[in-house]
Amino acid sequence: MLVLIAVLTLSFIAGSFGLILGYAAIRFRVEGNPIVDQVDAILPQTQCGQCGFAGCRPYAEAIANGEAPINQCPPGGDATIVALDDLLDVEVLSLNAEHGEHNEVPLVAFIDEMNCIGCTLCIQACPVDAILGSAKHMHTIIADECTGCELCLPPCPVDCIDMIPVKQTLADWKWSPPETLSGQTSS
Amino acid sequence: MSTNPSVFRFHGGLHLDGRKTESLTRPLQHASLPSELIIRVSQHIGEPNIAAVKVGDYVSRGQLLAESSELVSAPVHAPTSGTISAIEERPVAHPSGKSALCFILIPDGKDTRYEYDQGWCNTHDLQPSDLLRLIRAAGIVGLGGATFPTEAKLTRANQQKINTLIINGAECEPYITCDDILMQTHAAEVIRGVQLLQTILQPQQTLIGIEDNKPLAIKAMQQALQQSALPHTSIKSIPTLYPSGGEKQLIKLLTGHEVHSTQLSFEIGVFCQNVGTCFAITEAVDHCQPLTSRIVTVTGPGVKNPGNWVTRLGTPVSHLIELAGGYSVQQPKLVMGGPMMGLNLSSDQIPVVKATNTILVLDHLDQPTAQECVRCGQCAEVCPAQLLPQQLYWYSKTRQFELAEQYHLFDCIECGCCAAVCPSHIPLVQHYRFAKSEIWEQRRKTYNADRSRKRHEFREARLLKQKQQDEEKRRLKREALAAKAAEQQKAQAADSSATPTIDAVQAALDRVKARKKAQLVEPKNTSNLTPDQQRQIDEANSRRKNINQDKS
Repeated sequence: MLVLIAVLTLSFIAGSFGLILGYAAIRFRVEGNPIVDQVDAILPQTQCGQCGFAGCRPYAEAIANGEAPINQCPPGGDATIVALDDLLDVEVLSLNAEHGEHNEVPLVAFIDEMNCIGCTLCIQACPVDAILGSAKHMHTIIADECTGCELCLPPCPVDCIDMIPVKQTLADWKWSPPETLSGQTSS
Repeated sequence: MSTNPSVFRFHGGLHLDGRKTESLTRPLQHASLPSELIIRVSQHIGEPNIAAVKVGDYVSRGQLLAESSELVSAPVHAPTSGTISAIEERPVAHPSGKSALCFILIPDGKDTRYEYDQGWCNTHDLQPSDLLRLIRAAGIVGLGGATFPTEAKLTRANQQKINTLIINGAECEPYITCDDILMQTHAAEVIRGVQLLQTILQPQQTLIGIEDNKPLAIKAMQQALQQSALPHTSIKSIPTLYPSGGEKQLIKLLTGHEVHSTQLSFEIGVFCQNVGTCFAITEAVDHCQPLTSRIVTVTGPGVKNPGNWVTRLGTPVSHLIELAGGYSVQQPKLVMGGPMMGLNLSSDQIPVVKATNTILVLDHLDQPTAQECVRCGQCAEVCPAQLLPQQLYWYSKTRQFELAEQYHLFDCIECGCCAAVCPSHIPLVQHYRFAKSEIWEQRRKTYNADRSRKRHEFREARLLKQKQQDEEKRRLKREALAAKAAEQQKAQAADSSATPTIDAVQAALDRVKARKKAQLVEPKNTSNLTPDQQRQIDEANSRRKNINQDKS
């Protein structure tokens, strides 16, 4: 009798927890893969496609599914690789040179307005809608929105777009690290 | 209305050698006009200004040169009359040594004042809203060094109930005496400014904090206060201890309250303002004079005759050094501000701005080489923000910025106490500044990335929507065409059934058949046939007959 009570009690407890868990699995279901969002948050959102994917989000999905290595993002450089490694705990690789080189100084596109013929091809190529203009009218870059992805360069039929380094202002000037102490390395 | 010795204490702090007497031996003087004034377009913390005058324009003293319509901003006015000869980039007081946009004003020597319309400043009508408008229009910013626009600070503070108004006359950093001499010579105007602030904020009490190494200033202020008979206002002499002039430190000293790390002072009902700002408010309200000059202390072992000068904004540092008798050392090291928190200047062509309280000329000394941290903990003892400077140092040095932030890096006021006591001479403040700017850079990058992501996602959504709309349009068109075709067919069918021609067609077909039958009767070329040929013809005829029978 005692054994029966124990078995019944335990079965009841197990059953009710099973029901709670089953309900929770349906009620609090997470839509999509949260890892994708976390990876996407680390990527620089240049949307340049240098990684071989059609933007940062597809690359994030590929990384989250283990289909792509974490070293294919030249705009992010080593900082992005280290951050991805911290998140995913995978092997730290150096940047894959096949996909391009990391540029320390951020670049921004600039349209030579004298030569622009107003063909709108660059507008269609821009992944972040940072080019303003219309057919047969001069185009210009909204510099604050330009991610420097260089996707507007190939479609331009008159080669009037240049990538220029972003000028540092007093607002985004950075303090340099103090000289390291006499000959020692940071530990 | 008396000196109240009962003040509270803040954590840490340092007793520093004041070195204030050098610049106080001479009375306050008025600096002469230099040959050109270099007026920085934006001299406040907040949104940048936009130039309101052109090159070649003639301006009078007090005329508006640049302003911004943004909330947190303060306009800039012409410090004297003359011609704008250029608007160009000039080196300014900034740790980067970079240049910023400046007006170049060639004074004509007349110093004529710009006459504002009646109503710009009105001494009879002292409504708080008018005062706020005037304080903004006069370009007044916090003159203690932060240069936060005073009107913006007042407006935000006014949304809360302000119990205590604190007037900061501590001036705790060594060498600096501009507030001291201001209180000695213009106490009545300072007290008038306090009164105007009281009109705006309606505080229950007002405390004026002055360090006890300024007995003359305390005396002058007490006299002025007695004459003005301001209610609920008292002058508190506070012990000389660096950095008692820090906002949070002074609040702790005078009220005993601590401002939490995430709070602003007015969230606990306290509003702080510097004595120099009070004077500037009086000048604007009572004398219609925008902020175009301030008192600058020129001092240090590197100048011959230290002293205080009422200086027009935009005066190059070299001009002030000349007035102070020139350099007395071979390799002068110029600092704007005090020795603890001042900015090193790269040249003496840099102009005085609203934030300039002192030009300090030191003898160039080689910094002692930094040694390894010995974990003595003295930095933590003196830190007025109660931080752990040693931990912050390790995290900054090893670039573990997240941990540095967790240890409240952003509560560091960069007062330099920790670096001053460090037996290993580690430039601690530089490490913190580096860490802070790296974190800001990271935040900027994240902000930009978020914006790019949003724009990209919006674009994708827009393109998808467009595609769907096009698809929908095509589908509708297809459907319309199909419907039209069906209708036409239906109409045709209806047409044909309505007419009796169907019999006529049948009759015509019958006629054709009959004619074909008639043609079959006489085969040609049938003479001289071989039996084999005759058999083939017969077979063909029989097949044809069968077919015709099948058809009918």
